[in-house]
Amino acid sequence: MESTAAEPDISPVPDTDGHFGIFGGKFAPESLMAALEQLAKEYEAARKDPEFTAELDRLLKDYAGRPTLLTEARRFGAEQAGGARILLKREDLAHTGSHKINNVLGQVLLTKRMGKTRVIAETGAGQHGVATATACALLGLDCVVYMGEEDTRRQALNVSRMRMLGAEVVPVKTGTRTLKDAMNDAFRDWVATVDNTHYCIGSVGGPHPFPMMVRDFQRVIGVEARRQVLEAEGRLPDAVVACVGGGSNAIGAFHAFIGDPGVRLIGCEAGGEGPGRTAATLSLGGPGVLHGMRTYILQDAEGQTLDTHSISAGLDYPGVGPEHSWLKDTGRAEYRSVSDDEAMAGFSALCKTEGIIPALESSHALAGAMTLGRELGPDALILVNLSGRGDKDVATASAYFGV
Amino acid sequence: MTAVTTAFDKAKAEDRAALVGYLPAGYPDKDTAIKSALAMTEAGADLIEVGLPYSDPLMDGPVIADAVYQSLRNGTRIADVLDTVQAIADAGTPAVVMTYWNPVDQYGVEAFARDLSNAGGSGLITPDLTPEESGDWPAVSDSYGLDRIFLVAPSSPEHRIEKITAASSGFVYAVSLMGITGTREALSDAAAGLVSRTRVHTKLPVAVGVGVSNRTQAAEVAGFADGVIVGSAFVRALGGASDGASAVQAVRELAAGLAQGVRRQ
Repeated sequence: MESTAAEPDISPVPDTDGHFGIFGGKFAPESLMAALEQLAKEYEAARKDPEFTAELDRLLKDYAGRPTLLTEARRFGAEQAGGARILLKREDLAHTGSHKINNVLGQVLLTKRMGKTRVIAETGAGQHGVATATACALLGLDCVVYMGEEDTRRQALNVSRMRMLGAEVVPVKTGTRTLKDAMNDAFRDWVATVDNTHYCIGSVGGPHPFPMMVRDFQRVIGVEARRQVLEAEGRLPDAVVACVGGGSNAIGAFHAFIGDPGVRLIGCEAGGEGPGRTAATLSLGGPGVLHGMRTYILQDAEGQTLDTHSISAGLDYPGVGPEHSWLKDTGRAEYRSVSDDEAMAGFSALCKTEGIIPALESSHALAGAMTLGRELGPDALILVNLSGRGDKDVATASAYFGV
Repeated sequence: MTAVTTAFDKAKAEDRAALVGYLPAGYPDKDTAIKSALAMTEAGADLIEVGLPYSDPLMDGPVIADAVYQSLRNGTRIADVLDTVQAIADAGTPAVVMTYWNPVDQYGVEAFARDLSNAGGSGLITPDLTPEESGDWPAVSDSYGLDRIFLVAPSSPEHRIEKITAASSGFVYAVSLMGITGTREALSDAAAGLVSRTRVHTKLPVAVGVGVSNRTQAAEVAGFADGVIVGSAFVRALGGASDGASAVQAVRELAAGLAQGVRRQ
């Protein structure tokens, strides 16, 4: 037991310049380079500062509600996943309703430490925006959230939540009016305001140190889950399954298991309606540069970013965190495409077998687990990261199911 | 000695700053963009920056972002950008391409350098590529005789200015203010300081861009910099015109005024 209970070594990526193999790096305007250097330095100091880590741990426990539960989905496993045993890591039960709060609390504490007074964020489904607005309310910081106009419509509940929490929500009307355009506008804001403003990126993307820092803040998901599974089952799971848009909940769930060769790591991307109407970046894209990082992106032959589609706003993004690109190319993780229809079947199945309404993003992981369970059979033990709850998605789901 | 260096030397010999005009290829259409670039040079621009339209221009404000979005919707391809460069170079004015990195990365750095060089282009301005991520570009640009124009910003600390100027050739692009492209009422007071901090580290000409839009501002910048870069004001002139001919005329008039400005009258 000793050897499996000990947490494996943290993997040696990225290097000091933020490279995960050929991926990552800092493809950013010079105007931001000083701020990125400052952020990397402050983060390095903060993570070694017992006062900072104690404060973050306290907030995660007393405010965000960590550790989150591990729940076995018995009926779901038996009836929907080929009899495999499915364990849900319940990030939907964290304060604000998703894993996003883990990262935001870390970055907002860091903002205070740097003496900055204003926080900006991009959001797709609105979960990161809500988490950022929440942490800013708690710590007394100004908050502006950029959100694609298309997303403000399909995730209206979260727009209201952010505004009630005191944040300004800016609907973005450029480009495709979704997450990537919100990220462009957040960068444009940051270039002009970097003196007093921190850009709280919500995923494991962007220029170094964001992919590393956000991973470290989300790592708690897998660290807890690994311990919980070992305590409950006396063994590690056969696979860890998570949805991947930018990839923060997936990296958070995967990272503590990277050193466990017997544990398959499976990321479920948004396949949408198929090629041409998809956001399955790792499955269908290729390496390129977007939003400050080298990573897999969906692009044409001349490097123009392609329009994406997913029924889930949080996965509707043409890039992915660089560490996922590295995990794919090294073969350590597998990435599968899950269609809108499969995700909605996963959504419905969990609602009806477990009494849990999952987020549409997380429903991609549930659909992935249903397929995997049928492949592996009843002896399999599958850990699924239930990254968020689905209250925000009831309008989309009602329209989809015609109820 | 590249054509860019020659252009800055000529301006210096005339005791003035060089005028650098930007416009995106393919906006409002390919032909009008080329005619506008030629009108700029006839009215006194020393160097033309041809923008390569890109889907995610995160250093650009709404004027340029909307223009490149329209250009892409018109179907502008890299071949059209190279044609635009060729037309300007054929008319005897140096042309550099301003591009975000991914289009070059996908085209292939070597292939892009070869085709740009064949079109008569003089170099690249790279707003989201700093020396530390530039990979093969320094060696490839050297082998094709292309200039590498990196940016310095008011927030750049000394060690970065030193690294950036050492990696640059042709000229150094000094961003006048902390912000994205677009016209501003007043010139930022950060610009003059940045130019003098940059000159400590390099003999290359230093040109100031972002937020410079009219003759008065051009004259002010010409008082402390080697070059004045104007972009959004030209794009706005193009966008405000009712047809191609009046667009070209509007660009010509703006360029003529700016050309007087850089002569420090």
